[in-house]
Amino acid sequence: MTRQHLHIHNARLIDPGQGLDACLDLFLADGQVAAIGQPPAGFSAERRIDATGLIVCPGLVDLSARLGGIEPELRAAVAGGVTSLACPPDTKPPLDEPGLVERLVRRSETLGLARVYPIGALTQELAGQKLAEMNTLSRAGCIAFSQAKHPIVNTQLLLRAMQYAATFDYAVRLRPQDDFLAGDGVAHDGEVASRLGLTGIPVSAETVAIATALQLACEAGVRLHLSRLSSGAGVALIRAARRGGMQVTCDIAIHHLHLSEMDIGYFDSYARFDPPLRSTSDRDALRAAAREGLAAVCSDHTPVDADGKQLPFAEALPGASALELLLPLTLRWAAEEELPLAVALARITSDPAAILGIEAGSLSVGSPADVCVFDPGERWRITPEALRSQGKNSPFLDHEVSGRVRMTLVGGRIVFEA
Amino acid sequence: MRNPQLNANGELTHLLSTDGLPRAVINHILDTASSFLEVSDREVKKVPLLRGKSVFNVFFENSTRTRTTFEIAAKRLSADVINLDVTRSSTAKGETLLDTVDNLVAMHADMFVVRHAASGAPHLIADHLRRLGRNDVHVVNAGDGRHAHPTQGLLDMYTIRHYKKDFANLAVAIVGDILHSRVARSDIHALIALGAAEVRAVGPQTLLPAAIEKMGVRVCHDLGEGIRDCDVVIMLRLQNERMNGALLPSAREYFRCYGLTPMALALAKPDAIVMHPGPMNRGVEIDSDVADGPQAVILPQVTFGIAVRMAVMGILAGN
Repeated sequence: MTRQHLHIHNARLIDPGQGLDACLDLFLADGQVAAIGQPPAGFSAERRIDATGLIVCPGLVDLSARLGGIEPELRAAVAGGVTSLACPPDTKPPLDEPGLVERLVRRSETLGLARVYPIGALTQELAGQKLAEMNTLSRAGCIAFSQAKHPIVNTQLLLRAMQYAATFDYAVRLRPQDDFLAGDGVAHDGEVASRLGLTGIPVSAETVAIATALQLACEAGVRLHLSRLSSGAGVALIRAARRGGMQVTCDIAIHHLHLSEMDIGYFDSYARFDPPLRSTSDRDALRAAAREGLAAVCSDHTPVDADGKQLPFAEALPGASALELLLPLTLRWAAEEELPLAVALARITSDPAAILGIEAGSLSVGSPADVCVFDPGERWRITPEALRSQGKNSPFLDHEVSGRVRMTLVGGRIVFEA
Repeated sequence: MRNPQLNANGELTHLLSTDGLPRAVINHILDTASSFLEVSDREVKKVPLLRGKSVFNVFFENSTRTRTTFEIAAKRLSADVINLDVTRSSTAKGETLLDTVDNLVAMHADMFVVRHAASGAPHLIADHLRRLGRNDVHVVNAGDGRHAHPTQGLLDMYTIRHYKKDFANLAVAIVGDILHSRVARSDIHALIALGAAEVRAVGPQTLLPAAIEKMGVRVCHDLGEGIRDCDVVIMLRLQNERMNGALLPSAREYFRCYGLTPMALALAKPDAIVMHPGPMNRGVEIDSDVADGPQAVILPQVTFGIAVRMAVMGILAGN
């Protein structure tokens, strides 16, 4: 698996960052994009890849993927066309120690699969009590700081954490959810939770936390990213803040673009998510936010073993395996919304790369040769056996989807080929 | 998505909830209960319908009263009844819910009567049995979290039908802590399936679930408005832990606003009946003069409850 000179020809090349969607050849050399269209002078390909009928796009950039076992999840990532992913800090133990971050970075570099960008803990042990050593963690490889799903209840400490992060221009990522309003809720506080007798999480749990985060971020002057929005009222707050000139960014998990509280059906624990699936009108508002580019889209990959799901709904662990579904489910969304592919793919390539501030998600000349080659028309059924991730939990099991990755390259090396 | 308690022929294989139960199935249960009612008056209070069958009462949450009524019902059907107090045995040793079920299936259980603190636990068991291919093992939900208590809902319907004959013109008020009440949910679904003219959910906003009107009820925050001219008043038990100030200021104020007194009951139709799933908190949700008064049918509910539970078990064993 050396860095070859590669020539991918006969492909439909889509690069959202450049607004490209055309039949163009792609030339890769020395781990970078060497040229698009015509070969650079003196280029001689060691391997020519015929991509007739296939789409070539930048490797996907995932804003949030949890890695249980690192190797199987990174193999799942590249099988799904994901070449860069941000790992939230709620690992066991949490990423609040530079040694843990360095080990994660080293392990992923040794594997040479997808690139892993650790998100450091904002507070020690994610406990929301004492600031983590952000500068030290940054040197170890953290590219932003977050609390994962553990909110900082003390707003003064949250402000201080933002101010400290802003000192070094680190981005702060928050999953907006007010701890008190969420309580011990497990589902959207609406029709379905009421019918099933599940404890509800009201939309205000999200909007109150967003409003707090926006106010404090303004005061601290920190770069703020809000993760995994779940409600129409939530995205409306962010839209308003952006119109007011604030540089806040946000993302939506791919399952929230497709599912609603109705998918819980009769207590389906595979539809248990954090934040919860909300009403169909919330889902529609989230789709609109992703469509207009207000929000990027992430997999929110959370592998859960079977034991974690074979429990009564409220006791089951939230989350779904999604690294390998990010692309086909984005394509499904694009098809349903009749979105140009370049627009839909931007939400999982160039947009998240810009949010993370990493060199990825682009096929412009000189960019890292992180490439996803997929067959947009190949249909396949999502089954536990079809997933390489150790997490076989997905509410999309038995769904038939279009779009299968044929080849994934990271830094010009072929890391997955089907 | 097929209702998981019905088989492909639309027959009842489990009783998990009154939600989605067709009217014909409910009426069949009530009619069957009616025929069992006289069994309890016989000198030998037994029929051999479940002879040789093993009914396991699996209570992950304590409830001596409910368990006893199921035990009596199963014994009157001549079943072998095994009571498991799971709160104190397997789960304390770390066994999962489905491990417990697998063990009981291996002991040749024919029917599980399940009480669990988590909403949906009986659905999980029913789904597990389906995946094991054990269509011959039946689950009766004896109360799961806030979700459902279908035999209570059905015995309430039996009681209403006994006193009011027809549901078509009935106004029914359900008063109190609907948020935490599996009985209220089971009553609402059954009343709507049976075609009750109006179902009112009466209580303060802190005790009503979100979007409850989507279940087909009219929300009333005022007790007087809620019970005016109604035919049936169903009072719900207010748990002690709800009175600690987070949802309600005090039991005293609750009784003042929502307690059923003779004066409040006078707003209902003169022949209105008063029901309560028990155990009652006298002086909290209901005045003793009402609880012991001529309109209360709280003890007949208990008697009908045995017959309804016999009917449910008898029908399940036959399907």
